[in-house]
Amino acid sequence: MMVEKTPVLDTFTYVSLVVGIVVVGFPILYAVIAATLSIEEVSRVPMSMIPGDQLFNNLSEAWNRGDLGTQLFNSFVMASGITIGKIVVSLFGAFSIVYFDYRLRSVAFAAVFCTLMLPVEVRILPTYEMAANLFGPLQSVWSALGLDGIVSWFVGHDIEVSLEFSLLDSYAGLILPLTASATCTFLFRQFFLTIPEELCEAAKMDGASPMTFFWKILFPLSKTNIAALVVIEFVYGWNQYLWPLLITTNPKMTTAVIGLHHLLPSPEDPPDWHIAMAGALIVMLPPVLVVLFMQRWFVKGLVEREK
Amino acid sequence: MLKKRSYFHTRSLPYLLILPQILITLTFFYWPAIQGIVASFQISDPFGFRTTFVWFDNFVALFTDPLYLKSIVTTLFFSGSVAIVSIACGLFLASMANRVLKFTTMTRTLLIWPYAIAPAISGILWLFLLHPSYGVVAIGLENWLDIDWNPLLKSSNAMLMIVMASAWKNISYNFVFFLAGLQAIPKSLIEAAAIDGASPFRRFWTITFPLLSPTFFFVTVMTIIFSFFESFGIIHAVTQGGPGGSTNILVYKVYQDGFIGLNLGSSSAQSVVLMGLIILITVLQFKYVERKVQYTG
Repeated sequence: MMVEKTPVLDTFTYVSLVVGIVVVGFPILYAVIAATLSIEEVSRVPMSMIPGDQLFNNLSEAWNRGDLGTQLFNSFVMASGITIGKIVVSLFGAFSIVYFDYRLRSVAFAAVFCTLMLPVEVRILPTYEMAANLFGPLQSVWSALGLDGIVSWFVGHDIEVSLEFSLLDSYAGLILPLTASATCTFLFRQFFLTIPEELCEAAKMDGASPMTFFWKILFPLSKTNIAALVVIEFVYGWNQYLWPLLITTNPKMTTAVIGLHHLLPSPEDPPDWHIAMAGALIVMLPPVLVVLFMQRWFVKGLVEREK
Repeated sequence: MLKKRSYFHTRSLPYLLILPQILITLTFFYWPAIQGIVASFQISDPFGFRTTFVWFDNFVALFTDPLYLKSIVTTLFFSGSVAIVSIACGLFLASMANRVLKFTTMTRTLLIWPYAIAPAISGILWLFLLHPSYGVVAIGLENWLDIDWNPLLKSSNAMLMIVMASAWKNISYNFVFFLAGLQAIPKSLIEAAAIDGASPFRRFWTITFPLLSPTFFFVTVMTIIFSFFESFGIIHAVTQGGPGGSTNILVYKVYQDGFIGLNLGSSSAQSVVLMGLIILITVLQFKYVERKVQYTG
């Protein structure tokens, strides 16, 4: 807001903004230029800042060398799975917490909101063990109760019951543990609380069932919030690092952000930075496009999360 | 706790609706958290055949381990630097963008994209920029400023590199929040101060900044959480904690000790310390948010 006219300050403002935009954009610009050069040009010191004509060769080389087709598909499945999973789970969860009154409501509310802001990074080992064997808790209960002994006595010979169901190297393993987050539920709850009471009263007076109310009124009203969360959670899912690193050992199941690190030239290799940068551009493109094209929703969603 | 005055009276439906959330939370949050806390009080042999309950031995060992203490110092320095750089740049750019009536959306578009880029990719971009043999910034530093720059071998250079990569990625996030916060400040307050003859800088420090303080606090918390945890990707892709442990921040050390070193007791104890820390931050944040509500309401 220009409250008064101060030419010096105005010039300073515009110059700062232009410098800021250039500095923030420079790492990407530099990567784009590097991705258009040949290996001779990219290893010349200093690298030329004039784009070359090797862009498509480098992109396809990065694509093949890094097996990006498979990995981008995995990233896409993971990011969409996390996005859809979180939104569906939290829409229903928030609906239950806000629009119903039941005995365990406060308990459920507290249980979910304790998880707010505790990222997967602080509990990696046990979560990994859990994913490695989803029946781990049952197994522990089984052993704790000494059921092995009882069953052995019953059937007359020693048996050992082992329950195993592993999520390692599977899409479910990539997706499910990361849908355990209260942030979306919290956001929907806040939003539902701002919806006028009259809407629910009117729906009840007309004899609408809770689910009719949800689909006909609540869901359409939530569309803006859902759009914002789609952007935020897609970017979050696409950019996950630690969890996919742990849960996948099969290169065919890894995600693009992790696979990218195999394109980095090590000191013994030829300095294939043009290929590494081309790969980086391919992998960063989907979330960048999502953010740029849905900027309006995204900004709204980000800022709403604060409240 | 808040709920609607008018609500539905269906018996089993609400349980059914909340069930998926509860199941996922129990399976992937509570059970692992309890397991982690239990494991932090135990030591197990390397083959995992025997576990012994050792009370607080793992924690005592942790806080007397010079490597862990060094990792704490590294993390604090790293987070502090990332917070200062990214908040200062984000706030500066947001107040500049807020002065311009036109082009706000365009400016935002041009500043927002690092948000979408994965921390690991941000690390790779900066590794290339700062690479001792090929990076343009590194060559500039050597030729013009005569600095012997090598982030692959020198600890301080490596730290600077990951600070730059993390701060760069975070500037856009902070910018978006500060701009939204600035746009929410009533214009009449600024105009009144201008009429009273307060200079733009004085207006910023006496009016804008105090009104922006909730946003400022929130952004600080989010930046610290980001640099504590999500920067894992940068460290893993670029420095792997090196050279000589100089970028081995706490979250990377949990991974290294647990998954590479297979020291489950110590790794679990480290996770518990991180959990305690983040719970503390969350509680502080909620306390502050409550105060903010009283203040504005």
